[in-house]
Amino acid sequence: MHPALQGLLTIFLGVGGCIAYFYFSNQFLDKVLFPAKGDNAGRNINRANMVRPWLFLFPAIFALGLYLAYPVFATLWYSLTDRDQGGAFVGLANYRQMFDDPKFWEAVQNNMLWLLVVPAASTAFGLLAAQLTDRIKWGSIAKSLIFMPMAISFVGASVIFKLIYDTRPVAQSQIGVLNAVWLQFDGGVGSFLILRLVPGLLMICAAAAALFVAWGMIQAARTGKGGSLATVMRAIGALILTAIGFVALSLAYGAFTKTFDYGVPQTWLTIPGWNSFFLMIVLIWIQTGFAMVILSAALRGIPEETVEAAIVDGANPFQVFFKIKMPQISGTIVVVWTTITLVVLKVFDIVFAMTNGQWETQVLANYMYDKLFRANDWGLGSASAMVIMLLVSPILIWNVYNARKEMR
Amino acid sequence: MDNIAGSKSSLTWIVHISVALLVALWLFPTVGLLVSSFRTTDQISSSGWWQSLFPTEQNVTLRTTDPDDEGVQTLVDGVYTITGNLFEEAGAEISVWGSSSRAIDAYTAGETVDLGDGETITVQANGDYVWTGTEELSGRGQRVFATAETPPEFTLDNYKRVLFSGSSTDSMAKAFFNTLTVTIPATIIPIVIAAFAAYALAWMDFPGRAILIALVVGLLVVPLQLALIPLLRLHLNIGIGKGYLGVWLAHTGFGLPLAIYLLRNYMVGLPRDIIENAKVDGATDFQIFTKIILPLSFPALASFAIFQFLWTWNDLLVAKVFLIDSTGQTTVMTNQIVELLGTRGGNWEILATAAFVSIAVPLAVFFAMQKYLVRGLLAGSVK
Repeated sequence: MHPALQGLLTIFLGVGGCIAYFYFSNQFLDKVLFPAKGDNAGRNINRANMVRPWLFLFPAIFALGLYLAYPVFATLWYSLTDRDQGGAFVGLANYRQMFDDPKFWEAVQNNMLWLLVVPAASTAFGLLAAQLTDRIKWGSIAKSLIFMPMAISFVGASVIFKLIYDTRPVAQSQIGVLNAVWLQFDGGVGSFLILRLVPGLLMICAAAAALFVAWGMIQAARTGKGGSLATVMRAIGALILTAIGFVALSLAYGAFTKTFDYGVPQTWLTIPGWNSFFLMIVLIWIQTGFAMVILSAALRGIPEETVEAAIVDGANPFQVFFKIKMPQISGTIVVVWTTITLVVLKVFDIVFAMTNGQWETQVLANYMYDKLFRANDWGLGSASAMVIMLLVSPILIWNVYNARKEMR
Repeated sequence: MDNIAGSKSSLTWIVHISVALLVALWLFPTVGLLVSSFRTTDQISSSGWWQSLFPTEQNVTLRTTDPDDEGVQTLVDGVYTITGNLFEEAGAEISVWGSSSRAIDAYTAGETVDLGDGETITVQANGDYVWTGTEELSGRGQRVFATAETPPEFTLDNYKRVLFSGSSTDSMAKAFFNTLTVTIPATIIPIVIAAFAAYALAWMDFPGRAILIALVVGLLVVPLQLALIPLLRLHLNIGIGKGYLGVWLAHTGFGLPLAIYLLRNYMVGLPRDIIENAKVDGATDFQIFTKIILPLSFPALASFAIFQFLWTWNDLLVAKVFLIDSTGQTTVMTNQIVELLGTRGGNWEILATAAFVSIAVPLAVFFAMQKYLVRGLLAGSVK
């Protein structure tokens, strides 16, 4: 049968089947099982109303259980067994094998880098775009254009950016924008300004900001306000921020001392260390629109009186933004950040289409796909899927906790 | 908001410029792909797409009409003359030219040049030439080396090739219909299932409701990577195998948590009075749902439908695992593009066109229904 016909038939059967199921099961409940007449009419109505929710819920619960809940446990089980030995239980052997694989650690390291850079950059750009577009007349058009990449598939975006990163031999004219721009640099004053001074200063600023916040956290931790858990969290946060600060400082040092190959076209996606960033740009490009839409709604939700009061008191636009608006939308920023974090943890298509994990760009989701469908090692694949699950679970718990709190 | 204190902010023009820059930066990549899809192979490999929007200066080798052709030579005042235009299409403009490949910029447009043996040639800026000789002209047409400014030129050939050629490697037509076949049932079926469940979770009282809602919220973030092996095994065991049915079921399962979550949040906000009045008037739950709740929930249904449509259309992983078998008959567009990246990594005209065909439909949906998409995003993540 032609697939399109099959599709139509499936829509018909699926939708028709669902509606028929709901209709007839309700009829059965009301007319046959607990008819609302005769001696026990009252009791029957109550009973029917107790059963009915489950009639409505059954298909959804069945599908959710089979397609999402069951696989979590099945994958956990597969990660502890070996397919070649007929599914025998092998304990943590798969995990041990995975931890001995340098490619795995490369994937973890890259994923951590993605987790730091992409949500931060997307949220920052989104906030910038939201704040700027809210104040001008053609803001809604600008927003819709920045939001547009959301509709583009990761694969399509990969093609778009592969064209940007394209490299031709020295003698030919460059068709990739990045190389065309790169060849404009010749080591003169302009190159020093753009390639050394600006990134170097940016990195120094970032390091200073990170260390400043870390210092604040240490101060707060020493006073011990908010109990021991908060103190521990603050200490961990300070530690991470300090590490980021030092990384930024070393990058700043690198920006001033690195020797550049002026006039030589670069194959951007094969430069270890930098190529991951070129892949991240693709995701940042896509996710900024999402962050902007949500944050823009949050910015509009800020009561105007607070902003007015600040302006009357003589606050400048920057103070209004950082001291009045930012604290009021911090909750939304967290939501945006976690949502993008979830996307990043599952990022697969971009790496798969652009480098396929070569040149040290491996990430966990692609590593897992590699093990599952190329190496055909289901145990190892399941083990790496469990690692992704483990990284997601703090967000899962946090979401469930918030949802329960809200329900009460 | 910023001119409340009486003075118009001096930052306004900076804001305008920054937004314009930001928008340009965000549009630039997509425009590059779009422009490239309208260029020929030679054009793409000889210059960057940003140059194609302006007239380009190129060195070209042209040839006059062959003198041996019937009736091209005319005898005017005792000299054999051939006139014509060097270009096939009008619009190009010659600045300098030469008659030998060693000196291609020897003469300016409009000059008359002696070619020896009594022959002369005059070339005008627009390509018109007059070639004369005291004896009958012979041999092949005279070569002219020119530096010409050619206007931007675009072609639809790439789209013809990608959509209608039927070539097995380049053609997207099949993949396009496969994608459509995957997408539509995978968008509609979860909506039906989720709508009933969302109604129960929003408006029916039963023990365990809170736990179920928490469970849905939890499942919202479970990575679908975990589901791949167990479900593929399940499908193979119960005989579904790899195919459309499997991918429809998988998309339905993966889309349900968001569907239930969005629809429930929306339905909870509907006015309680309507539902209670209907109950008092003797409507059953089934009637309330189909006659009142479903029509009122249209915005939420539309939001989710767009999400699910974009997600299934753009998906690669689920299709690769549950749909595409070794025959490759059921390939979808995203997969086709990844394969093109492997086999035709340098053929940007094919790649760009194929990619643009695949992103055109989501973009159209996006711009047509942006309102619902934004609404869904806000309902889905801001609490």
